[in-house]
Amino acid sequence: MVETLLTESNAASHLEARGVHVWFGQRQVLQDVNLVFPSNQVTALIGPSGCGKSTFIRTLNRMHELIPGAGFAGQILLDGKDIYEDGTDAVDVRLRVGMVFQKPNPFPTMSIRENVLAGLRLTGKKNPNMDELVETSLRRASIWNEVKDRLNDPALSLSGGQQQRLCIARSLAMDPAVLLMDEPCSALDPGSTRRVEETIEELADQMTIVIVTHNMQQAQRVSHQTAFFLSEDGNPGGVVEFGTTEQVFNQPVDPRTNDYVNGHFG
Amino acid sequence: MSPQGETKIPAKRQLVTKPSRTADKVFFGLTSVAANFSIVLILLILGFLLYQAWPAFQSQGFSFFSGETWDSSATPQIFQIGPMLWGSVLVALLGMVIALPLAISLAYFIEFMAAKKIAAVATTLVDLLAAIPSIVIGLWGFAVFGPVAQHWASLLHDYLGWIPYVFYHEGANYGGSPFIAGLVVSVMIVPIITSVTREIFSQMDRDVVNASIALGAGRAATFRKVILPTASGGIVGGALLGLGRALGETIAIFFVLNLVFHINFFQVINGEGGTVASMIVSKFGEADASERSALMASGIVLFVLTLLISALSSYIVKKAQPWRTN
Repeated sequence: MVETLLTESNAASHLEARGVHVWFGQRQVLQDVNLVFPSNQVTALIGPSGCGKSTFIRTLNRMHELIPGAGFAGQILLDGKDIYEDGTDAVDVRLRVGMVFQKPNPFPTMSIRENVLAGLRLTGKKNPNMDELVETSLRRASIWNEVKDRLNDPALSLSGGQQQRLCIARSLAMDPAVLLMDEPCSALDPGSTRRVEETIEELADQMTIVIVTHNMQQAQRVSHQTAFFLSEDGNPGGVVEFGTTEQVFNQPVDPRTNDYVNGHFG
Repeated sequence: MSPQGETKIPAKRQLVTKPSRTADKVFFGLTSVAANFSIVLILLILGFLLYQAWPAFQSQGFSFFSGETWDSSATPQIFQIGPMLWGSVLVALLGMVIALPLAISLAYFIEFMAAKKIAAVATTLVDLLAAIPSIVIGLWGFAVFGPVAQHWASLLHDYLGWIPYVFYHEGANYGGSPFIAGLVVSVMIVPIITSVTREIFSQMDRDVVNASIALGAGRAATFRKVILPTASGGIVGGALLGLGRALGETIAIFFVLNLVFHINFFQVINGEGGTVASMIVSKFGEADASERSALMASGIVLFVLTLLISALSSYIVKKAQPWRTN
C-alpha cells in the first residue's frame, strides 16, 4: 500500500530504506520499514513515543551502531548505493548524511566560529575559505545576523534556539546531501521553533531532509510527505501509513493514523 | 470570609528547621560532632607538629628548605631537606607522567568502549588496586618489580643515553633510582586518577560525543578534540589528587629509592634520591630530640604541600568547567 503513493513524486530518489529491521540485543524494535525520501523534499516521521522513529532515523547515518547490541537487516540506499554494504565506512556515510539532535549540543569548549568549523577540524579536512564557510553556513541556518559580531564568543552564550540553529550550521558546513533532524524543536520555545522551521523551509530545496517530530502542526507546516510509525502491544515498530503530508493528515487510509493525527492517542 | 471585609492576616507561625524527634536530635548531634571533630583534629595535628618542630625551624632558618646536608653528629647539628623536598616533587611528577596517560586510557576504555560486563570487571579491578596496602606494593616493588624496572632503566640508558643529563647513569647497578620510585608510585595513583576521570567522562553529555561522530569524526579525533577538552578540568583535578597521594607516599618509596642528600634534579635513572616522607621513616627510629624536631618540621612541610595541592585540585575541579553550571 505504501509503494504506490511514492511513485507520484518526480524527484529522483535520493535516499531509500528497503526492508529495514532493527534489533537491540534480542528485542526487535523495527520491522520491515520501506520508505523513499526524494531529494529536495522534507519527510516527517511521526508516531507515539517508543514507536521506533528515532531508531529508524539513526539507521540512516548508522548512528544506531553506537548502541551496544544493535542489529540491522535490510538496505539503506543513498544514491542507489547501500550504506551498509561491506567495505562502506560509516564515517563516509556520516559525512554525506548530517544530523541535528533533539537537545542543542554545541561543543561546550568551542566558540561559535569553532563550532561551525568543528566538522572540518574533527575530520582533518581543509577548506581555504574558512571565513566564507562560516558565513555561508550560518546564513543558511538563518543565524548569521544574530551572531556575526560575536563569532568568538563561547557557543554556550547563545540561547537554546540559537544553539540549535548553530548545530544546524555546524552540520551544513560539511555540505551534506541529507540532513536528519531528531525532534529538533522539542527543547525549544515557540519563537525559536518558528525560526528553526523557517530554516528547514529554506534548506528544503537544497537537500533531502528527514525530521522526527511529536508536533502534528510542525509536521504539517514543514513536510512534503509524512510517515506514521506505530508499535502496538510490545510488537516491533513499523510504518502504518506513508504518503504526502496532505494525504496522511486529511485523508488517512488507516483508522489508527486518523486517531493519532487527530489526537485520540499518543 | 466576606469579600468586602478587610483582609485578615492570621497569626504568624514560627517555622523551625531544628530536629524535633529524639532520633533526629541524636543523629543531628552525632553528625555535627563528627564534622567539627575533623576540623579540630587537623588543627590539633598542625599545632602539635608546629610545637615540636619550632626549635628546628628556629635553629636551621631558611636553609632548612634549600640546603643539602643532614648531619646530627656535627656541632651545631645541620638539618636541611632540600634534596628530599625536590625528590618528593620529582618522584611524584614521574609517577604522574607514567600514570596519567594510563589512567585516562583506562577511564576512556571503561566509559566509552567496553561492554557493560567488561567495564564492571575493569572498574572493580582498578578499585582493588587502590586497596592494596602500600607496604605490599613496596615489597613487590623491591623484590619483584624492581629488577624488571632496572632492566628498563638500562635500556633507557643504552638507547637514550645520548640525551645529556636526564639518562645519565654510572656503574652497573640501576636500582634505587627516582625512575623506579616513580613507577611504583604510578601503580598507586592510577586508580585515583582513573576513578576521577571515569566520573567526569560519565557525566559528559553523550550528545556532544554523538554530535562529533555524526559529523563524521573518528573515535581518535572525537577523543582528542571533543572529549579531552571538555573533561580537562576534571582530569587536572584528578591528577592533582593523585599528585597529593604521590607526595605523601612513604613506605613503598622507602623500599625502592636510595636516600642520598644531594639534589638530583632530573637524572631519573641514577640511584640518588629520597623523598621527605621516606626520609622521615628512615631517620625517626634513631633520632635524638633535636633531630626529631627537624623531622617534625619536615612533616609540616609535607603536610602543607599536600594540603595546598588538594585545595588546588578541588578548586580546579569546580572552576575549570564553567559550562557545567548552565
